[in-house]
Amino acid sequence: MSIASPLLAVEGLTKSYGGIHAVRGVSFSLRAGEILALIGPNGAGKSTCFDMLNGQNKPDTGQVRLLGDDITARKPREVWRLGVGRTFQITATFATMTVRENVQVALISHEKQLFNLFGSAPNFDRGEAGRLLELVGMSGYADRPCGELAYGDLKRLELAVALANQPKLLLMDEPTAGMAPRERVDLMRLTAQIAREKSIGVLFTEHDMDVVFEHADRIIVLNRGTLIAEGTPAEVRGNPQVQAVYLGEGLVYDARHREGASA
Amino acid sequence: MAFYVVQFLTGLASAASLFLVASGLSIIFGVTRIVNFAHGAFYMIGAYIAFTLTERLSGAFGFWGSIVLAAIAVALIGVLVEMVLLRRIYHAPELFQLLATFGLTLMVEDLVVLIWGPDDLVGRRAPGFRGAIDFFGQNIPSYDLFLIGLSPVVLGILWLLFQRTRWGVLVRAATQDRDMVAALGVNQKWLFTSVFAVGVFLAALGGALQIPRDAVHHAMDLRIIVEVFVVVVIGGLGSIVGAFVAAVLVSELNAFGILIFPKISIILVFLVMAVVLIVRPWGLFGKPEAPARKTPGLTVNPWRPLTSNERLAALAALVIAATLPLFAGNYLLTVGSEIAIFVIFAVSLHFLMSVGGLASFGHAAYFGLGAYGVAFLAKMAGLPMIVCLLLGPLLGCMGAAVFGFFAVQLSGVYFAMLTLAFAQIVWSIAFQWVSVTGGDNGILGVWPEKWAASPSNFYWLALGVAALVTVALRAMVFSPFGYALRATRDSLLRTEAIGINAKRIQWTAFVIAGTTAGIGGALFAYLKGSVFPDNLGISLSVDALVMVLLGGVETVSGAVIGAIVYKALNIWLVSQTDLSKLVLGGFIMLIVVVFPKGIVGMLEMLAQRRKKASPPGSPLLAKPIESAE
Repeated sequence: MSIASPLLAVEGLTKSYGGIHAVRGVSFSLRAGEILALIGPNGAGKSTCFDMLNGQNKPDTGQVRLLGDDITARKPREVWRLGVGRTFQITATFATMTVRENVQVALISHEKQLFNLFGSAPNFDRGEAGRLLELVGMSGYADRPCGELAYGDLKRLELAVALANQPKLLLMDEPTAGMAPRERVDLMRLTAQIAREKSIGVLFTEHDMDVVFEHADRIIVLNRGTLIAEGTPAEVRGNPQVQAVYLGEGLVYDARHREGASA
Repeated sequence: MAFYVVQFLTGLASAASLFLVASGLSIIFGVTRIVNFAHGAFYMIGAYIAFTLTERLSGAFGFWGSIVLAAIAVALIGVLVEMVLLRRIYHAPELFQLLATFGLTLMVEDLVVLIWGPDDLVGRRAPGFRGAIDFFGQNIPSYDLFLIGLSPVVLGILWLLFQRTRWGVLVRAATQDRDMVAALGVNQKWLFTSVFAVGVFLAALGGALQIPRDAVHHAMDLRIIVEVFVVVVIGGLGSIVGAFVAAVLVSELNAFGILIFPKISIILVFLVMAVVLIVRPWGLFGKPEAPARKTPGLTVNPWRPLTSNERLAALAALVIAATLPLFAGNYLLTVGSEIAIFVIFAVSLHFLMSVGGLASFGHAAYFGLGAYGVAFLAKMAGLPMIVCLLLGPLLGCMGAAVFGFFAVQLSGVYFAMLTLAFAQIVWSIAFQWVSVTGGDNGILGVWPEKWAASPSNFYWLALGVAALVTVALRAMVFSPFGYALRATRDSLLRTEAIGINAKRIQWTAFVIAGTTAGIGGALFAYLKGSVFPDNLGISLSVDALVMVLLGGVETVSGAVIGAIVYKALNIWLVSQTDLSKLVLGGFIMLIVVVFPKGIVGMLEMLAQRRKKASPPGSPLLAKPIESAE
């Protein structure tokens, strides 16, 4: 790992839809093993920003660098091959397949066996799949179809899938949305632990401020597409600009949003 | 020069009916999200009823009144169909909707023959537009000029209807967001019914207006529906302007294509469609759609490989099947061979549509290409049978590689329409390129060599190949590739996020399925001793769909059972009645509406119920697979 270049460096990211500037000149960076939270009220441009990091969405201008390499124009699948795992705000899993099979697909892709027509997939890397499920506490569910899982379990499964290619960077879009408070703490504690052990950088967006302030090493705050603050939890908490956009309206709106997401 | 102008005008005149039918299809799709396969059938009924009415009612008023009356009558039939059939399947997967409306088409085909007879009917000329206009020595029928003027008028009326009336506003709103419109207290039921009526009215009007130009016959439904599918794929489903532009484009391409490739004019249309799909996969005026629809192949019970007991049971079944020649006569053995061949065909489609979630409506193309491949090799190159059987399917493989590349760029209904259009293109080539394919007369005398000539030997050959193919495809379902393919079916977003090139996976599956179908076709050519364009026709494609559906689209082994039951029933039915399409169509609708899980699916459900005192219910059916922002 190069010392000179950070794990992730974002410079001047800009995206507009029609006349609306969703994201304007956002720059930040992320070190290996660091947990960075991206927060902001609804409509601040978090998701747009997020999608531009792994090629899900293309910025109008700006650059995304992974360990110094420009990955701005890459497709999501190419970004994944470079070591970027991602979970989605609304989980995306293979609903008709079992929990273990979900992980196995990721392992098959990681080991470039996608076009292996006659191997046995049920036995493919069973051990590694089991370890990953163990890691996120899903061992007991390995043979359950993933369409039957509770939402919180899907989120944990997504984490296991995202870890399958031994990523350098994890992008987690609202990892704890729709989870019970107890589960939230557990999942983020787990994520933090994995990140420190394996020196994985984690970028996550989150609405739950308890989660953010407890687990993030650093926080960046978006409002109306621009970065308005950056710093440690303590610094951000004390920032008057952040308090201005967050208190009152923003919080009320947040609570409502969460209800919708878990429905 | 004058000749080209006339050719151009003829093209424009043909565009009129095409536009009417396509816009009707688009409007219905926009609101109800149903691609109405029966639209061609309504077009045809419109023409038949208009024919009858114009024969009865005299005078200019009688003629034009008949045209409008016919369209209204058909629209009323449409209302009935919507209330009785479609309301039951609005929430079913789109495959089921396409199949149910196709079943309706089949029934209508037999019904019109029953009512109006099998012969072509030549209608009266339109009063006031009987003659032709001289254009620098070339004749232009004045009725053509009337049609040319009519399309923009209809376009204008539709525009006014949608922009200026309350109903139109509701329709546009529902096209954008059905649920929101329902939440605002609009009576959805009647909105849907009225939209369907308007769409059907347009189709029937298109049919009725054809009678002064063309004879009315009972195959006009499929011809128009394929062209309409091409039009909406090019123009973009849901867009009326798109339907107009594409109808003109396709008609002109047809008009001038004849001059460039006289034998295979449809090639030109195909090339343009291919270009459009590469540049704008959702058509010139269409909008990309979020892939939030349910795909076929959803299952609550996870798939698993057979246990060793089940393997033994399957082997035992195969051994029992292999003893058939010991007691059965030649006719039964031939039937047995045909069933074995259709098992191959069905499992190949199953691989694509259940495992890959890609419901092809033109799978017969690759079956037929395999058959033609064998016929070419055996008749023209004179190669030995074993070589032909090995190489013939490669034609199916190549066809699948070319068409599959384009088809997998799309999904859902677009995929279904595109595969259907491709199959129809292959069919037209087989039909029109007489010097190579023999056209309608087919290629005869493709007989097996001595070692396979006796019915029992051929039966064993077919059974053996069918068993091999079934085992191989089943193994693939549980191979790393099979997992990846199922993954693309369940969530494109997720596959892309874990480094999988979904299109490549789907394309590979398409080629595998096409090649396998080609193997079936190769055997079929030898079984029948001949090859005809029908071997790659629409009805054969639908047979395959019904076999998979009947067996159980959500199961791994349903296709085998479905093929055996369906083919046996079909052969028996054809020997019993002349109205096999009527019965078959009704049968298809019945399966879709009351029996959507199929035979094996039902058995699995029963077994599941017995095993668990309290089944976990079926959360999957209520839950969208994928919903990403």
